[in-house]
Amino acid sequence: MAKTLEQYFDELRGTRVWRSVFRSGTGSSPLHRSLVIQQNVFFHLFATKVRRRMMSFSATWYLGTLTLGTFVILVITGILLMLYYHPSAPQAYADTKDLQFVVSSGLFLRSLHRWSAHAMVFLVFAHMFKVFYRGAYRPPREFNWVIGVVLLLMTLLLSYTGYLLPWDQLAYWAITVGSNIASAAPFVGDKIRFMLLGGNLVNANALLRFYVLHCMILPLVAMFFIAIHFWRIRKDGGLYSLQSQPKVAAAATPLTPAKEAQ
Amino acid sequence: MSDGKDFVTGVDSSAKRSPRRVVFVTRRTSAQVKAVDEAEVQTFPEVLFRGAVAVELLAIALVAVSLLFSAPLEGLADPSHTPNPAKAPWYFLGLQEMLHYFPPVVAGVLVPGLVVMALIVIPYFNINVEAEGLFSKDRERRLRVFYIVAVALSIFLFSFHVYVALVPTLIVVAFMVAAAQSSLQSPGSFRRYLAAKPLSYWIMTWFLFELVVLTAVGTFFRGPGWSWVWPWRS
Repeated sequence: MAKTLEQYFDELRGTRVWRSVFRSGTGSSPLHRSLVIQQNVFFHLFATKVRRRMMSFSATWYLGTLTLGTFVILVITGILLMLYYHPSAPQAYADTKDLQFVVSSGLFLRSLHRWSAHAMVFLVFAHMFKVFYRGAYRPPREFNWVIGVVLLLMTLLLSYTGYLLPWDQLAYWAITVGSNIASAAPFVGDKIRFMLLGGNLVNANALLRFYVLHCMILPLVAMFFIAIHFWRIRKDGGLYSLQSQPKVAAAATPLTPAKEAQ
Repeated sequence: MSDGKDFVTGVDSSAKRSPRRVVFVTRRTSAQVKAVDEAEVQTFPEVLFRGAVAVELLAIALVAVSLLFSAPLEGLADPSHTPNPAKAPWYFLGLQEMLHYFPPVVAGVLVPGLVVMALIVIPYFNINVEAEGLFSKDRERRLRVFYIVAVALSIFLFSFHVYVALVPTLIVVAFMVAAAQSSLQSPGSFRRYLAAKPLSYWIMTWFLFELVVLTAVGTFFRGPGWSWVWPWRS
């Protein structure tokens, strides 16, 4: 009898090399499926099982997942864009022009990066309001909500620092307007702006600083908090844990006596 | 561990008063547990698969948008030539709209700072965690505070001519008045819905409403010199 594709795949998963990389082994039993999650450094942040109710679209609108999706797209397109970009004025503008007219698919790459960035800001806000209206910030998830607020600020900063990089009129004046707001802070405002821009005006120093922040510091900090954010979902009882219902509603949930031990 | 007993036994059902409890389960009684058996699914493959499909659909949509619409690129940055109006990225245009009315230290520092602080503390207030209808308890006092705050805020916004923020405020206040006139026994389902909403719901909804309106006004309705323009007449 000819083997099915699935059998070939199972055989592959049983080989010594495969097992040395992925330890979960063959089989589709709940144990093996749990091991897939548990024994993977990325997946183990998540729980091995989730409540079925959480799978419905209306529960989350998949907003958190989609936000992660935009972040991944942004990292990939961002790395590719870095290959064609020099963070110096006015070379940065020439590079952006080259992306538009010289580099193959350069315009598409830059457009995808830009629209994904706008989508991410929008999705982060949508995710926050959805979580709020579901009441999912309630204990025991208080701290994950706080991490979410930090991630919102990270997203805004990432988007804002990226806004300057094309070094066109739109970028230059948007950052000028934004950094003037920062300088309004009492006592330390001008100092903050000087630190952010590397000078008193938006110039080549500011471009370099924003580049380093945008491509290195902020993504690393964001990934750090994203990891905690995901891990805390599991640690805080998973999506839809009963504890996070309002106390009024929780009181209405009947208590079920445990089965008497025999 | 130190020697000697560092616990006391007692009977208490309040988790707030005595967070650590010793429970004796005697032969004749059964422990009351809150655990409810819920249907669960394996994260792999069900959840991961759905997540992957969702992300792929999003990626397809973003690729389509990127193919249809190119990212904007204007002329080379020129410090000597200020465009009019000079606008921040769209998600900051709500703030920029406020800068039009209030001094920068208020609109640019105080308000965003307070918003971030308010967001962080939401889950740490019991009134938000318990989530009872705003006017269901202590009705007289809460109504009085609500009317004072609503009138004071409206006068404040009116006196600074912040009509774009005043209109959403008045609409939310109108719904809150309707909520105050309703109860959980009201005939209409919408009025029951309003009556059940806690304080945090009202504040967040007001914030969301203001955020959307101010951002939209800053994006579409502001032209040279931050003057009011109609987007369809340009």
